[in-house]
Amino acid sequence: MENDILLQIKDLHAGIEGKEILKGVNLTIRRGEIHAVMGPNGAGKSTLSAVLAGKPEYTVTSGSIEFAGRDLLTMTPEERSWAGIFLSFQYPVEIPGVTITNFMKTAVNARRKAAGQEELSAGDFLKLMKEKMAFVQMKSEFSKREVNVGFSGGEKKRNEIFQMAMIDPLFGILDETDSGLDVDALKIVAGGVNSLKGPRKSFMIITHYQKLLEYIVPDVVHVLKDGRIVTTGGRELADRIWQQGFEGIDE
Amino acid sequence: MNQELKDITGQEYKEGFVTEVEQEYVPKGLNEDIIRMISARKDEPQWLLDFRLDAFRKWQKMKAPTWGHLDLPPIDFQDIIYWAAPKRDADRPKEIDPALMETFDKLGIPLHEREVLAGVKPKESQVAVDAVFDSVSVTTTFRKSLSEKGIIFCSFSEAVREHPELVRKYLASVVPVTDNFYAALNSAVFSDGSFCYIPKGVVCPMELSSYFRINASGTGQFERTLIIADEGSRLSYMEGCTAPMRDENQLHAAVVEIIVEKDADVKYSTVQNWYPGDAQGRGGILNLVTKRGICKGSGSHLSWTQVETGSAVTWKYPSTILKGDNSSSEFYSVALTNNRQQADTGTKMIHIGRGTRSRIISKGISAGHSQNSYRGLVRVNPGAEGARNYSQCDSLLIGSKCGAHTFPVIMNSCPSATVEHEATTSKISEDQMFYCAQRGIAPEEAVSLIVNGYARDVLQRLPMEFAVEAQKLISVSLEGAIG
Repeated sequence: MENDILLQIKDLHAGIEGKEILKGVNLTIRRGEIHAVMGPNGAGKSTLSAVLAGKPEYTVTSGSIEFAGRDLLTMTPEERSWAGIFLSFQYPVEIPGVTITNFMKTAVNARRKAAGQEELSAGDFLKLMKEKMAFVQMKSEFSKREVNVGFSGGEKKRNEIFQMAMIDPLFGILDETDSGLDVDALKIVAGGVNSLKGPRKSFMIITHYQKLLEYIVPDVVHVLKDGRIVTTGGRELADRIWQQGFEGIDE
Repeated sequence: MNQELKDITGQEYKEGFVTEVEQEYVPKGLNEDIIRMISARKDEPQWLLDFRLDAFRKWQKMKAPTWGHLDLPPIDFQDIIYWAAPKRDADRPKEIDPALMETFDKLGIPLHEREVLAGVKPKESQVAVDAVFDSVSVTTTFRKSLSEKGIIFCSFSEAVREHPELVRKYLASVVPVTDNFYAALNSAVFSDGSFCYIPKGVVCPMELSSYFRINASGTGQFERTLIIADEGSRLSYMEGCTAPMRDENQLHAAVVEIIVEKDADVKYSTVQNWYPGDAQGRGGILNLVTKRGICKGSGSHLSWTQVETGSAVTWKYPSTILKGDNSSSEFYSVALTNNRQQADTGTKMIHIGRGTRSRIISKGISAGHSQNSYRGLVRVNPGAEGARNYSQCDSLLIGSKCGAHTFPVIMNSCPSATVEHEATTSKISEDQMFYCAQRGIAPEEAVSLIVNGYARDVLQRLPMEFAVEAQKLISVSLEGAIG
């Protein structure tokens, strides 16, 4: 059904500092689907997620992106966020002096304001924080820590999933959230995604490895190589890549 | 960066209104007659007039300092009105003009003691206020309940009348008349300010504060504040200030002196919000101020916290003389400049006593075309065995047209002293902005969040209600900072 399409990317060409990285990407994600995007280093996976979120350094030279019926390319990064796009960063950014509580309160209320809703009361906000922290197994001291300052690699990734749970987006992009995680952390991340999914919401999991896909079962797997999606298949494609590598997957 | 941010022009200075009130003035200009006139209007004793005239004669031989990293517009000292005050109703001289009450209401300064006493507000949020409007103190609240504890809190003029022995003993004892050009000028022409004395062993039961408001055009404000904390006493003091938006520069040259006796503890907090001038640098207050305290007795403690967001030019170095053994002092500062503002601010910590300790945390934030300098002196005298200082000076730059500078001076004459200095310079990164935007936080709010985070170490030293104000003020002052 056409109106079940959440994200439609058509012939997307994009790059950074004059260098073209995406060379004609076509991708359709329906509501309720989990898509995995795999591919070797330098294929353009992170560029794709950055372009979707609207990172200013990236330039789209041609093509179109439609998200929930709107032209995504005319929207600012915060507008895209308000519309429901969430990016779990590969390299989360430090904000010294700003506590997780303060950061999330600012974010949650900015989103509510954009949606014409009133600010969340202090009590309701703290309840939400507590619930979502338990969700990624963060201790209560976590809320008083400064955003990503002195966090271990695993903590940074869990923080991303915690924020995603707080925001509960329509479309979650996980940009190599699994890299550098041990099995326990991987399970927490996967558990987070699995409990957030629903019939109207979709995810795009960007990964090098199929390990995460053992815990988050994708509906569709794409292989991105040299700026194009070269193959699309079911979850068995991920297993094939794991056995053969990306070399033989071209057609 | 974002077009919508570039489009924001000028900042909202919500305290920029003018109060329509009938005022009386002394004639424009400065000479001995003017000083006699000011002194006469205040019914001052001869010794104080002599003090003023002596200061004026000395000032005439002094030169304005030029070492600040400031492009100070020339000041014509004959083109300033040195005393301006709202007229009092001749029939009811004790009554406060409703227009003045309204002004302070609008500024969020409670002059209604009754409301608080009647339990409308919780008791712990009680703040005693000395409200100074141009050259006179309008009122001082909670004087009576404070006096029950022996605390004297009143305007400087009243202190001269009612406690001359205290004023005479301490006036110019920390900032000598000839300390610097502007201190000498202040000593000659000072109008009003606050006086506070906390007796031995008394813990002041509420925050004391002074609020300075410049209203009249063509005037300067020259307030004088004297705070004395006797042995073992405790005090938290706050100071705020605002002025109308005008195209002209207005001079504010204050002197604050603080005396901290043995084992006494004084915390002095300032949120400076003088009118900063417009985006093109027209108008604004020239804030040329001398603030100094002495930790006189052993174990005494003085803490300075300042949040500087206002003024076209700030030239200000709240300092401490650590005379008593094992006395200690801190200086926590956030100085934010935007548009064409200039700030040259910092502190001096003079270690004289043994085992004295000082700590300096300075956070400079420069945006727009502004220039922001930290200037500090840490001096350890030969006898200050085991003295310690730690200084941290951080600068944050927003945009590429502003400047941040640090001029730290360390003079250590004591081999057993430890002096540490750390400094950093950083920028708000594109990555931080994008990270915030991705979570739904628009650029302007993101800058405010990041800057408040950067200044957190200092802001959390402020008394609670002041801290909330300061955070809002930082956000407002940053409007239009990106672009």
